[in-house]
Amino acid sequence: MTQRNIVEAINSALVDEMEADQRVMVLGLDVGKLGGVFRTTSGLVEKFGAQRVVDTPLAEAGIVGASLGLAVAGMVPVAEIQFLGFTAQAFHQIGPQLGKFRQRSRGRYHCQVTIRAPFGGGIRSPEFHSDAVEVQFVQSPGIKIVMPSNPYDAKGLLIEAIRDPDPVLFCEPDRLYRAGRAEVPDGAYTVPFGKAALVREGGQVTLVAWSAAVELCLRAADLLAAEGISTAVLDLRTLVPLDVETLCSQVAKTGRCVVVHEAPLSAGFGAEISATLMEEVFYDLEAPVGRVGAFDVPFPAASLEDYYLPSVDRVVKAVKRTLES
Amino acid sequence: MSARKNTAVAIASRQVLQPDGKLVDGAQPMEEEFLLEALRWMMKSRLYDHKVIALQRQGQFGVYSPGMGQEASIVGSAFAVDPARDWMVPQYRELMATVHHGLPLEVISSQYLGKIAPARIPDGVKVLPTQVAIAAQLPQATGLAWGLKLRGEDSVVIAYVGDGGSSEGDFHEGLNLAGVTKAPIVFFISNNQWAISTSRRVQSATRSFALRAAGYGFDGVEVDGNDVMAVYAATRAAVEKARAGGGPSIVEATTYRMSFHNTTDNPSRYQDPKEYEEATTRDPIERVQKYLASIGLWDPQKEAEWSDELREENERALKLAAEAQAPRPGDVFANVYEEAPPRVARQRSELVDGRRD
Repeated sequence: MTQRNIVEAINSALVDEMEADQRVMVLGLDVGKLGGVFRTTSGLVEKFGAQRVVDTPLAEAGIVGASLGLAVAGMVPVAEIQFLGFTAQAFHQIGPQLGKFRQRSRGRYHCQVTIRAPFGGGIRSPEFHSDAVEVQFVQSPGIKIVMPSNPYDAKGLLIEAIRDPDPVLFCEPDRLYRAGRAEVPDGAYTVPFGKAALVREGGQVTLVAWSAAVELCLRAADLLAAEGISTAVLDLRTLVPLDVETLCSQVAKTGRCVVVHEAPLSAGFGAEISATLMEEVFYDLEAPVGRVGAFDVPFPAASLEDYYLPSVDRVVKAVKRTLES
Repeated sequence: MSARKNTAVAIASRQVLQPDGKLVDGAQPMEEEFLLEALRWMMKSRLYDHKVIALQRQGQFGVYSPGMGQEASIVGSAFAVDPARDWMVPQYRELMATVHHGLPLEVISSQYLGKIAPARIPDGVKVLPTQVAIAAQLPQATGLAWGLKLRGEDSVVIAYVGDGGSSEGDFHEGLNLAGVTKAPIVFFISNNQWAISTSRRVQSATRSFALRAAGYGFDGVEVDGNDVMAVYAATRAAVEKARAGGGPSIVEATTYRMSFHNTTDNPSRYQDPKEYEEATTRDPIERVQKYLASIGLWDPQKEAEWSDELREENERALKLAAEAQAPRPGDVFANVYEEAPPRVARQRSELVDGRRD
């Protein structure tokens, strides 16, 4: 076993899949000699050559559109969009094109394409770099949405994504890229989609989160434990497909739930979680489902991001509110 | 001709056959057999348009964009690629090009009837689905050509777009990437002077769309898009160049949409009838018929015979399309995922079986 952080785990997944399958290629901005702005693709061009690790022109729609065509030609592209916020420049090639191509071709073609994109606040990056827009793609059926929160899942879920015959949007929590190392096996393994992970047991309330918000929830749970409040943390891992079964059975156990995400609150994925719980386990609930998100304003200047993003304090308060009702 | 000065219609820099059916001095004509075959496909295209427009007016066909006036571009370009190894990436006004490339007419017809399984492009037919999100097909076509090159295949891609599509961002991103990767691709711009009601005059200040190739580091040619011999020759040269490793090209076919944008459109609201009348004097089909008549290979009787045969062929395909499997409610969920997520599977059983598990 080897200790790896998320950057190293992703790199390891790419190396394993590129070694195992000649069709797998990496393309995007600065993925070659630079190794990506976060170094996730470090060393790949030296190992696999410039034909399979391609620095593309600065053109997000071009990168995604070309990936669709590469897949039709029989390649397995892993495209990097440098920051998720810049998927705005490729939006029409993701949902309407990649997501619908199988249906539009009546099943003749499918798109074995992975789009990797770092995102999230907390690293003082310039504007547009921090936007958490994952929920925009939930309304684009055909795209799977993967949100790892830790090094082990990052590697296993990325390998699952690369091997998935359908397009996958793989969102990487840049704040946690180098936050810590964990055991990540050498060699390929997969973590299945649609299987949420209970990352902390707790009897009184369940925090539901994904990506970097999981780490936030774990810190909040520690603080709550010191006050005698037992809090479970459920990591959804993937938004599409959604593990409705685990979500509902876990929340039914605690009777109380707070959803936490970095995206703005209104029509965030927390609303979907809350609505699902209403439909499925309403009579097991002992309090209204709480939500903690970013505020319904655009991501502010980095100097203000700590006020804008969900904080441990806001999560703790939300949990206490739900226990009071 | 000096149409360029008064109308948007640019005079092609390359022409073999003049509108009056006479060869340009010193030009090499297409081989007669080949030209006759091209004429047959052009006539088939126009007769199909007439037929399905009539059906659409009776509520028996979907919204349709005819190729009328552009048959030389459609057929001449399709003849320049090899259906066995080359790929065709259409927009939506090149129906008969895709049929020439191996897509059965009944299959593409069934798509306009809302059929699902019968409209599936058969395995082995190297055609992508029609594209209504204008120009989105261009980066995809570039990726396809690039991928075929990486796979070591001996294939070329022909991708279609119009004068309107050339204004899209995807046009730039797709062509720029093709230049950088030296992808084996031909971008065929059917400049038919109209994007629904928007005239080519206000589409771009460039005097030629083919010129744009220079900005991407490859070649572009303008050709009389109503001259099937010239379209074939120019496209063929671009295809051969791509196959030999010479990278992408633009072929700009200057033509005229001698019809509406689609069956919901009404050009009388925006089109100068004189411009349309002028365009009809450059009809791509009549031009070939005049030339063939001048060398004794065409006469009214032959035209009548061919028209009857082609109408019958088209109607046979349309009959097959109409009789093909009608869509079933469960097809709403067909062909979205290799394996449907549980929630989607549940929605399907709710619709199909009327129950919630």
